[in-house]
Amino acid sequence: MSLADEQPIGATAARDEDEIRRARAARIESLAKWVLPVAIMALAILGWAWIVTANEIPHYILPGPDRVWDSLVNDWGMLIDAAYLTGRITLLALVLAVIGGAGLAILFNQSKMLELSFYPYAVILQVTPVVSIAPLIFIYVDSKVAGMLLCAWIVAFFPVLSSTTLGLNSVDHNLRDLFRIYGATRWQRLRFLQLPSALPYFLGGLKIAGGLSLIGAVVAELVAGTGGIGSGLAFRIQEAGYRLNIARMFAALAMVAAMGVFIFAALSVLSHLLLRKWHESAISRET
Amino acid sequence: MAVQHHTTLPLDQRPPLLRLNHVDKVFSGDVVALRDMTLQVNQGDFISLLGPSGCGKSTALRIISDLMYPTRGSIDWEGGHGRGDLGVVFQEPTLMPWATVAQNVWLPFRLAGKSYAEVKDDVLEVLRLVGLEKFQNSYPRELSGGMKMRVSIARAIVTNPRLILMDEPFAALDEITRHKLNHDLLELKTKIGCTVIFVTHSVFESVFLSDRIVVMAARPGRVMAELEVDEPYPRGEDFRTSADYAAHARRASEALKEAMGEPA
Repeated sequence: MSLADEQPIGATAARDEDEIRRARAARIESLAKWVLPVAIMALAILGWAWIVTANEIPHYILPGPDRVWDSLVNDWGMLIDAAYLTGRITLLALVLAVIGGAGLAILFNQSKMLELSFYPYAVILQVTPVVSIAPLIFIYVDSKVAGMLLCAWIVAFFPVLSSTTLGLNSVDHNLRDLFRIYGATRWQRLRFLQLPSALPYFLGGLKIAGGLSLIGAVVAELVAGTGGIGSGLAFRIQEAGYRLNIARMFAALAMVAAMGVFIFAALSVLSHLLLRKWHESAISRET
Repeated sequence: MAVQHHTTLPLDQRPPLLRLNHVDKVFSGDVVALRDMTLQVNQGDFISLLGPSGCGKSTALRIISDLMYPTRGSIDWEGGHGRGDLGVVFQEPTLMPWATVAQNVWLPFRLAGKSYAEVKDDVLEVLRLVGLEKFQNSYPRELSGGMKMRVSIARAIVTNPRLILMDEPFAALDEITRHKLNHDLLELKTKIGCTVIFVTHSVFESVFLSDRIVVMAARPGRVMAELEVDEPYPRGEDFRTSADYAAHARRASEALKEAMGEPA
């Protein structure tokens, strides 16, 4: 700063070396953020194609990327139906996880006794792998859809519950005192103070729950098997495996991955929109 | 906003507001935070509680604001005590980051069940008083530390409370901002004639701002001396550089030294 001040007048109008370098670095980085991952993907696909052709690997062991692409195009109708089904279960489970997780968090926050009674069981439900609970669920729950929802819900609700609980308890203590001094009711404190304070925490939990509800839905499909209700992506993967249609397995897998990315991106955008006005995490700073 | 005129009365002629009667506060059975504090607060007073850390200044504020019960003794409000008697300013601005400046100032009304439309004029009026009317739609993160503190002060005075408690409000600000806010606070006080209890550990701040200084000592927290700064408001830069100011500051420093157990 002081060095720049001593420059002759002509030089002060221009930006100094250092700043130009920094601007260039920033430009390159923002470009690389997109270019590099795409380049890596292209390289990997090329490498994959080369390995398959060079070693003459039969397509029922490892199909080349061209075959997977063909499968994606040719089976598109079947795959998109499957994606729609899996996506519906995932989204419904996520909605229920939000209602259940946030609802329980608020209940626990309002009643310490309730929290002490039930929180340990929420933890037990969470730490027991859903794959091991799912077969039992399908014995007792007649409806396949309900069973799948339940599986997905069990894995997805806990991050919402625990992060919202943390958020509700992370209220600035001075603000809490202020509310007491102004004679706020419980309801007012919850609505005007605790819920807004908990929002960033809740959204963090929601992002995790989005990914988990997809995992829950996929696991549930695999366990539920063919039983009736049409077939989701996980079922298609399994079925294509039985038929040694490896290309379709890859195609369906790519769609599951794309769905996961989409959910994560959508929830990130939602989070940004809700927090951009006030929360530190959503604010971009100059240098 | 109704103006109370007691600020201009001599100290001994102001009508009483509240009284702390021999208040003790003991934590976990044996830590004495406050011992036998008696304090008469009259309408229009600007009282500074001056003392080192651990002298019970903040404990006294918490007891007055009903956040804590006294172990012994009582707080008697003239004509009873109810909701809306108090405005509070903490050491941090303590604003809701998700709410705009105007929404933050609306809060005391909102918690009393009043819609924004009902009290909009009052909110804008106090924002004008603290010089932030242009920032009513800004979020706290867009404001500087001094501006946030002004919002906090606006929120404390918007309901025209009987008593305003300030707990080292300017301690975390830089010297220049603190000077400016001290001046503006006095200007505000002269305009609206509020009663203030101001906690500080700065001798100069207490002399400049208040007409009564309560000097406190630590371990156990107790009142050591009460000084009057009998100088008329408004006080400006000329007061800060006057011989009277220096004399008051010397008296307060000596009382504080004595309270801290050092030879005067």
